[in-house]
Formats: sequence, C-alpha cells, structure tokens
Amino acid sequence: MNQYLRNLTAEQQVSALFIIVFGLLFLIHFTVFMLSLRERGDSPQAEVINGRLTEARALLRTSWAMVIVFWVGWASGEGVATALFAVIAFFALREFITLSPTRRGDHRSLVLAFFVVLPIQFWLVASKHFDLFTVFIPVYVFLAIPVVSALADDPQRFLERNAKLQWGIMVCVYGMSHVPALLLLEFPNWSDRGAFLVFFLVFVVQTGTLVQHLVSRRWPRPPRAPNVSQSFNWTSWAIGVLTGSVLGGLLSGITPFKPGQAMAMALIACVAGSMGHLVMKALKRDRGVPNWGAQGHSVTGASGLLDRVDALCFAAPVFFHSVRWYFGA
Amino acid sequence: MRAKLMSLFLLGLIRFLTGAQARWYGCPPKAEQRIYFANHQSHADLVMIWAALPHELRGITRPIAAKDYWTRTPFKQWITTAVFNAVYVERERSGDEDPLQPLFDALERGDSLIIFPEGTRGNAEEPQPFKAGLYNLTCKFPEVVLVPAWINNVQRVMPKGEVVPVPILCSVTFGAPIRLAEGEERRAFLDRARLAVVALRDV
Repeated sequence: MNQYLRNLTAEQQVSALFIIVFGLLFLIHFTVFMLSLRERGDSPQAEVINGRLTEARALLRTSWAMVIVFWVGWASGEGVATALFAVIAFFALREFITLSPTRRGDHRSLVLAFFVVLPIQFWLVASKHFDLFTVFIPVYVFLAIPVVSALADDPQRFLERNAKLQWGIMVCVYGMSHVPALLLLEFPNWSDRGAFLVFFLVFVVQTGTLVQHLVSRRWPRPPRAPNVSQSFNWTSWAIGVLTGSVLGGLLSGITPFKPGQAMAMALIACVAGSMGHLVMKALKRDRGVPNWGAQGHSVTGASGLLDRVDALCFAAPVFFHSVRWYFGA
Repeated sequence: MRAKLMSLFLLGLIRFLTGAQARWYGCPPKAEQRIYFANHQSHADLVMIWAALPHELRGITRPIAAKDYWTRTPFKQWITTAVFNAVYVERERSGDEDPLQPLFDALERGDSLIIFPEGTRGNAEEPQPFKAGLYNLTCKFPEVVLVPAWINNVQRVMPKGEVVPVPILCSVTFGAPIRLAEGEERRAFLDRARLAVVALRDV
C-alpha cells in the first residue's frame, strides 16, 4: 500500500489526500447527523449534549468551507490558489480595520493598504520572490504607511493609528500570504506537493487548538490570564501542543521531513498558532468584542472570518521560515 | 439590459467593499408601502440602503435624488433613472410648485421611498435636525409605514473629498416603524423620528 502510494505522481498523491479528507469529513458529518436525530428529552444533560452537537455542526460547517476552498484553490492551479488567498486576506483585513477606529487622515493609508500593499505582496508570492516577499511588509511598508499618514496632516493619536494599521497588515496580509507561499515551496527531491505542507500546517494547528479547547473544558483549571481568556491555562496548552506535535510526527510521510524533524516543525507551528490565537483574543477584548464576527448579528456585519484564520495567520510565517531556512528550500 | 448589468455590477462592488448587511431589527422586509428614512453621511448612503434591501423590495423602493446634482451629466441622469429609479426633487424652492410634489406623485402610485430627512450630508457623530419633508409626507399619506434606518460606518468608506473607497464593513439597521401621534406637533414628531434613527446605532 505504501509502495503504491509512493509510486503515484505528485498530483495523484494530493488528490488522494483530498479524497481522504473529504471522506473523513463526510463520515464525521454523518455521525453527528445521526447523533442529532436521536430524541433525548428535556433533561439538563440533554441540553448539554444538544449544545455540543450544535457546536460540532458549526465546526463542521467551517471545516467543510475551508477544505472546499483549499481544494478549489489547489485544483485550479497556483495562480488561482494565490488569488484565492489574496481574497481571504482582503476580507480578513476588512474585518480587522472595521473594528479598529480610524480617522479621516488614515484614508489614504488604508487605500494604500488594501489596493497596493495587498496585491503587491500576493504578486510577490505568485512570482516566488521569496526573499523580497519576506521583507516587503516589515521593512518597506512599515516605512511607507506612516509617511502617507503624516502627509495627511493629522497628528492626533498618530502612533496608535499607524500601529493599528501596521498590525492589521502584518496579521492579515503578511501572515495569510505565507499559506500560498507554502504551496509554492520547492525542495530538492520533493516538488509540486506544497499542498501537503499546507495540509500539514492547517491540520496540526487546528487539531492542537481543538485538543487544547477540549482539555480545558473537560479538566478546567484556573485561567492563566483571566482578563484575556477565560479558558487558557498552561496545562491544556501543553497538552494541545504536544498532541499537535505527535500528530505532525505521524504525518511526516507526506512531508519532506523525517519523523523527528516533522515533530519539531509541528511543535513550532502549534506554539506559534496557539500563542497567536491568544494574542488575537487579547486584541478582541481590548476592542470590547468577544469575536470579530459575534455570530453574524453585530452592527458591523462581520462574519467572523478572522476568528477562523487568526491562528493560521500567526503560524504560517513562523512555519514557512523555519522550513525554508532549515531545509534550504 | 445595460441598466441591469450596471445594477449587478454596483451591487457586487458595494458588497465586495462593504458587505452591505441588512439587519431587520424592528420590522421584517415586507412588500408594503413604506418610507425608509436614514442618516446621511456620504454619497454611498443611497447605494448602501439600496444594496441592503432584498431583491423584491429593491424594485419597488425608490430613493430620492437632488435634481440639480444628479441631472448634471447624461451618465448621472441615466444612473439615477435607469438603475436606481430615483425620484428627483428640487432642493431650491423655485416657482409655485411644492418641492415635495414628485414625492407625492410617487407615493400616490404606490411606490416606497428612501429619504434622508437631514437634507444634506453631515459629518458629525449624530445626525442633524430633520427637515419638515417627512412630516409633510406622513400628514398627506398617513397609512404609509415609516421605517427608521441607521447606516453604520459608511462615512469611513468614502469621506467627503475622497475618490477611492476603503473597504470597511457597513450595515443598515432597520428599526420599528413610527407613526404620527394624534395632534403631534411637527417639531416634536421630527425630533422623535430623529431619536428613533439614533437609537438604532447602539443596537
């Protein structure tokens, strides 16, 4: 079986991966569906179970959406995949900026961010200028945006406004652009299989986050930073990260890493993703919103896209650079 | 045909840039004769409410447009008539005709209207005091349902003087309808209407 899989072409291997993922999702969906058909009555236990099933269904919906988006991106080729992630970054940045108060003087900087910086960054990804794409936002955009803002002649809260904008660009554009960059990485004996790396990253980070969430709910402990997150504690975090790493080690077959290296890479990705998620939690608390989307009924109309992808936006750059520098791709 | 394409294009553009989400807080999107009145911050307001309405209501709801501004070029005229099906009003009182006459005609025909009672674009946090048009309309057509609406965030999309819009999520919140009470004074009614719109901001 292993031999058969190794003898397939790269494209066939990635297709096989998608078939497995879709199959798994379908099985889980079917199970949840069957479970929810059962009449449980009105006891408080039944309420809890029904609540969990509703959560599971919501999680499944987003998982389906993400997998379909990835599949469409991969199946349509590199250019379309990059454009797809550019659109996702656009919507995420839109959500971020909506909830960060800006002033009239920021208008030109915002226009620059959405219509110049974002396309250039993703074009750099598509044309594989990996060195330039790494420094474009932290160096050049970091200088350019405040200059435009200064020329707009509004010094009130200048540092705060520009810092917010730079943050938004870093998280939404810079972070997101590393996901299609992973798709385009080439290793000495391993090319055209970037989709596996993306899958590895997303699967490991999401599993780590899920396990952390479940553990913190099942075995509640005093939260480490209650003003930021009611559920975050070191124990559940450690268990989540370790689970993610072990899972990464098990998945090493689809990556160009040996099992030990895959575990280390997964560890780095999980740490970055979970810590990033905590940081975004702190940001949201500061803004006074529990989620960017607030179940779709908030006054801004945000749908919570940024909630789903924030761990990925933090984990992707760290993972990408660790992989690239260590393996010299 | 061209108007249909242009309207689809504008819809897509406004959704891409702002989301144009409708929040039916106080009443459902029913196809009855209504006057929607909202705060006015930028030119994009009219497109925002228009885009937020569902497809069936969009056809029967007509925004009002200032005649002097929107008939200046053939393109502007075409957009406001063919695409938005707007009602033109004269902003300056010229001659004997009541400036609200086109609105009366539209209401008589059974159309719904979108009006901005402030009269002009504001750029303060709160809307300016409402002008008398809303009161006159409801006096003449008491059975038309008056629905307040709050357009959120749109002044950040394209502030006065800028040309390129910034993508910011905007929403339109529709509140519970208000009615003119028995013997209510004009100023009292207009202030009450204004408060109804402002109250939707915090919903």
